[in-house]
Amino acid sequence: MVTVLPLRLTGATLARRGRTLVGPIDLTLAAGGTTVVIGPNGSGKTSLLRLMHGLQRPAAGRVEWALPDASARTRQSYVFQQPVALRRSVLENLAFPLRLRGVPRARARAAAEDAARRVGLDDRLSQSAPSLSGGEMQRLALARALITDPEILFADEPCAALDGAATRRIEGMLLSAAATTRIVMATHDMGQARRLAREVIFLLHGRIHESGPADAFFDAPRTLEARAFLNGDILE
Amino acid sequence: MQDLLAGLGRALHLIVTLDPELIEITLRSLGVTLTALAIACAIGLPLGGWLAVRRFRLRRAAIAALNALIGLPPVVVGLVVYLLLSRSGPLGVLGLLFTPAAMIAAQAVIITPLVASIAHQAMRDLWADYHDLLISMNATRWQRIATLLIDGRRGLLTAALAGFGRAIGEVGAVMIVGGNIEGATRVLTTAIALETGRGDFALALGLGVILIGLSLAVSVASHWALRTERRGRW
Repeated sequence: MVTVLPLRLTGATLARRGRTLVGPIDLTLAAGGTTVVIGPNGSGKTSLLRLMHGLQRPAAGRVEWALPDASARTRQSYVFQQPVALRRSVLENLAFPLRLRGVPRARARAAAEDAARRVGLDDRLSQSAPSLSGGEMQRLALARALITDPEILFADEPCAALDGAATRRIEGMLLSAAATTRIVMATHDMGQARRLAREVIFLLHGRIHESGPADAFFDAPRTLEARAFLNGDILE
Repeated sequence: MQDLLAGLGRALHLIVTLDPELIEITLRSLGVTLTALAIACAIGLPLGGWLAVRRFRLRRAAIAALNALIGLPPVVVGLVVYLLLSRSGPLGVLGLLFTPAAMIAAQAVIITPLVASIAHQAMRDLWADYHDLLISMNATRWQRIATLLIDGRRGLLTAALAGFGRAIGEVGAVMIVGGNIEGATRVLTTAIALETGRGDFALALGLGVILIGLSLAVSVASHWALRTERRGRW
């Protein structure tokens, strides 16, 4: 099967107005599992995800997929920290990515109804999406991101500002999706990182400070800063 | 006060008796304005969307120019359209001067910048919300503009209604290029101007009341037709 992975970042740097936000980053993401990006606020988690997804162009270095960019773009999805709901019904939100790809209306509608059922929004199909609660809206955003069966899903703190029940539900969706979709997720919730991660990338000051298998990272972090971060100490 | 009451009475009388001349003038007013509005929307709405999503070097200058064009004096527009359509003008061969088509052209020129500017402002705010999502979903430029046009339809309705309001109440330009010819190019505003000149204030006021009623009716009908969050859109 032709696959978009691995994703290779070589010296990739993201800068704004001359200030480096992230990088240089050297990283290879192969197929399979969930990678969780952790780090203190301002460490560059969101910037790294946006750089990988192509929402921002690198100021230096390269971000390369195994397939040409145009093809790679159609095989990935992104869930934003603040879920964006189109000013349409739940059904239309779910069908939207399929309609953009030219899927016929009837098929898009059937897929959207199916997706809504799986995430428990089937009783809200005709409701205006912006009127959903925070948890419902994030479920909608995740279901909409997954409706195109992406090979890789970027999720930027998808449970930020959600309560425990809503967080569990989103985590359940991510775990189910991880069976077929490569997930790269940013979070500052260490419990969540432990529950979901197969791999961890620890960012500090815009650079990868430590990365590797999740078990090894959480059991025995190699660096003082990672240890301090896991202990909840404030990192300067 | 007496003129006002007399005007209201006259308006009521004209409406109740379905005065043929009133109906003819009203229908012509509506026809000219709605056609001009359709042209202005066909140009202005996509232009507003395009300015909202496209980044180019002279974008700010283009937006500033668009906003400046809102203030175009209608009389000057009328004069320019008159010169273009007059027998010795570049478009004189079309023979459109003193026809409703000339009035439509003048009104379209006047309201297109207004429609485009309001549409741009509405879609700029929506674009700020949708930008990352639509880029992430790999939407083409036209898909982005179409999404903004559909989801921003309330703001666009406001743009269209503002254009309608400006066009239906416009008198200077349509007087110049239409000539206020009875049975051919007379519309509500030019009829009001004529009756005021003649000193028949009651009739002028009556026509004014009908003009205001028409604007209100179109506004209410548009909101009803385009109301969002309706069930069964699929």
